[in-house]
Amino acid sequence: MSKDYSILIGGAAGQGSRLAGNLIAKIFNRLGYQIYVYEDYQSLIRGGHNFSQIRVGEKGFQSRREKNDFLLALDKNTLNLHKKDLVQNGLIIFNSDRIESKEGVGVQIERIVKEMGGIPIMANTALISAFSKIVGIDFEILKEVFTTEIKKSIDLNLKIAKKTFEETKTLLKVKKLEQKPKILLTGNEAIALGMAKAGLKFYFAYPMTPSTSIMNFFASRESLNVKVIQPENEISVINMALGAAFAGKRSAVGSSGGGFALMVEALSLAGQSETPILIVESQRGGPSTGMPTYNLQGDLSFVLSAGHGDFPRFVIAPGDAEQCFYYAGLGLNLAWKYQTPVILLADKDVSENTFSVDEKIFGLIKPENPVFWDKKGEYKRYKITENGNSPLAFAGEKNAIVKANSYEHDEFGVSNDEEKIVEKMQEKRLKKYVAMTKEVEKLPAIKVYGKNKSKTALISWGISKGVAMEVAEDLGIKLIQPIIIEPFPTKQMKKTLEGVKKIFSVELNTSGQMAQVLNKNGIKVDGKILKYTGRPFLAKEIEAKLKRIL
Amino acid sequence: MNQKNLLTYCLNTWCPGCPNFGILEAVRGAISELIEKGISRENFVLTCGIGCHGKIVDYLNLNSFYGLHGRCLCNAQGIKLANPNLKVIAFVGDGDAYNEGISHLIHAAKRNSNITVLVHDNRNFALTVSQFTATSPKGFKGSSTPKGSIEEPFNPLELVLTSGATFVARGYALKIVELKDLIVKAIEHDGFSFLEILQPCITFFDTRKFYEERIYKLKDFDFSLKEKALEKVREWDYKNGDKKIPTGIFYKVEKPTFEELVFKFSQF
Repeated sequence: MSKDYSILIGGAAGQGSRLAGNLIAKIFNRLGYQIYVYEDYQSLIRGGHNFSQIRVGEKGFQSRREKNDFLLALDKNTLNLHKKDLVQNGLIIFNSDRIESKEGVGVQIERIVKEMGGIPIMANTALISAFSKIVGIDFEILKEVFTTEIKKSIDLNLKIAKKTFEETKTLLKVKKLEQKPKILLTGNEAIALGMAKAGLKFYFAYPMTPSTSIMNFFASRESLNVKVIQPENEISVINMALGAAFAGKRSAVGSSGGGFALMVEALSLAGQSETPILIVESQRGGPSTGMPTYNLQGDLSFVLSAGHGDFPRFVIAPGDAEQCFYYAGLGLNLAWKYQTPVILLADKDVSENTFSVDEKIFGLIKPENPVFWDKKGEYKRYKITENGNSPLAFAGEKNAIVKANSYEHDEFGVSNDEEKIVEKMQEKRLKKYVAMTKEVEKLPAIKVYGKNKSKTALISWGISKGVAMEVAEDLGIKLIQPIIIEPFPTKQMKKTLEGVKKIFSVELNTSGQMAQVLNKNGIKVDGKILKYTGRPFLAKEIEAKLKRIL
Repeated sequence: MNQKNLLTYCLNTWCPGCPNFGILEAVRGAISELIEKGISRENFVLTCGIGCHGKIVDYLNLNSFYGLHGRCLCNAQGIKLANPNLKVIAFVGDGDAYNEGISHLIHAAKRNSNITVLVHDNRNFALTVSQFTATSPKGFKGSSTPKGSIEEPFNPLELVLTSGATFVARGYALKIVELKDLIVKAIEHDGFSFLEILQPCITFFDTRKFYEERIYKLKDFDFSLKEKALEKVREWDYKNGDKKIPTGIFYKVEKPTFEELVFKFSQF
């Protein structure tokens, strides 16, 4: 059996359980484990109940386990809520200054912090230190992680850690693995890095969970050289971005479903004016305000059909941080190559959960130039070409008049609704779609996991791919993850489905939106495995449903 | 397209005699003058919304982004951010900027974005065959208010002044020379410049007589004081009645622009 631990740390909002969970993830990363951190929090600032579930393993699991090996409780609520989710012989480590419990190991974390002259939030430091000592992690590793990660009062934090470490006894020994530590990123951080690597210059956004951390990440990393602009609303967000792209600078926007809904008129403008734009849509539970901090994959049909009129778009749905990095970069390049909108469809768990990322991925993305005007003759913004893409020039370029237009237009960009011209322009945009469809077949549009030759296949996307992968491996079946969903990779999908007799879709929504996309493309699923509670699938839930329908 | 000519081949479809022709003439004159003063022609970018006013970008042989109804101030600010060397001029209508896109107008003024806004205020939605807008007087008889609109108009100059605009002026579409001078000054201003152009709609709301009996040009007005500017723009409240209507520059001050502040600490 490969090593695989699940650690749950929880507390009230404001107690810092998320940061503590992150530090624990970093400690295990240093020990060579692959990491997946699931964040569960409520839409409030103080109080309530938040927890992080940290899965660490020799293999890269990207799903949460039902039962935890360790429960770290900052408050009583955490202990009461999660005690039942402990494996047999699982270990509880709790804040004994606040909680009374007959089971587990109590540590007086608040007393230690007080004695050392710390502030209440530093109770986390003591709890992590106690946990590390109990599971036999060297203090040196703890010190190294704290020193890199804690920005404020590091000496005081180390003093608290040391004191707790000395007061606690080792009960077991977690093995150090012979694997190199990887980079830990949330999906949103990876999206930001991927866009920056592909030459992003401006990120326009209005705050909306779970997309907000992209703008915050850019704002905190000035070295990425991406300017964050926060306009008055999402309508302004996308229209400003289109202005910046028209003037030649790579621009992206981000929101969740509700904010994206406000952008839709301008999505159509991007299609008509052929202005490149990358739109990050990180889904959360809908409809309407829905569940700001919980997840559903319910916006797929919406992003595929949003916008009035016919125009081509890419829709790409990454399922982990490596994919976020790669496809965000690819998406921005595609937006410029085809001068059309690209929607990167994430979800709350892809955006906010933390994943191990192989740094090799960073070398795969660079800015790719679109076709520019050759500076010969008169410039025509909407010149009719074989593949529909017109060479680009930008305002400020000598001897070029660049006219972009939301109105139907001629090749120069002057408004026109004469029959012949309209027909030509509609066909020009259609030609781009044909070229995009060909391009998709050359790209890694779908990924396959599990047993390739199995006659049974799961089809899952976004965050659900991680847990479906675990199921596929457990049951010896195949998993197919569509990543580029529009234009649909018909040929790749057909090839992957050769020999497959039964197909089951696995997704977090009520109607089976991926199943509908497959159906539209001539692929009928034999069953839909759906969950719509706002929480991610557990492997055993999928397995139980599969057994019923197989 | 003839690069030398500021007009395109596009057939002009404004109503014969529309005061928009006066605005077009004034804009052409202003841009020619600025080109002579040394601004490169390729550095002008026009944006517009949807309505009669929007057609102007089709008629002008200059860079342009023909945007959505109400949203072109956003396009304009994005363009200016991407390339601060460009002179960005946004043409908007009253329905466009005062109804649909009012939030963008307020915020563009608030951030003192270095763009120029020229409002073709004909005080009705004309292209959709006449409905009331934010500046139509109460009682305006349009196709959706045959008995007269029940809403009072607001005063856009007062709104824009209090929102943070650093250049606020008013012109009249049929006083072309004065209008051209105001457009030149608006474009030359560093910061958010707002020029409200009273434009009679001769088909649906012919205000020529009304304006010509009331407008007067500001003389020796100290436009550096906000309180005085506010008092002056309040002289006429966009209602019917006998009040005089001042034209000219009400307010002009220097302040750091949004784009300067965005790039202040950057090696962009």
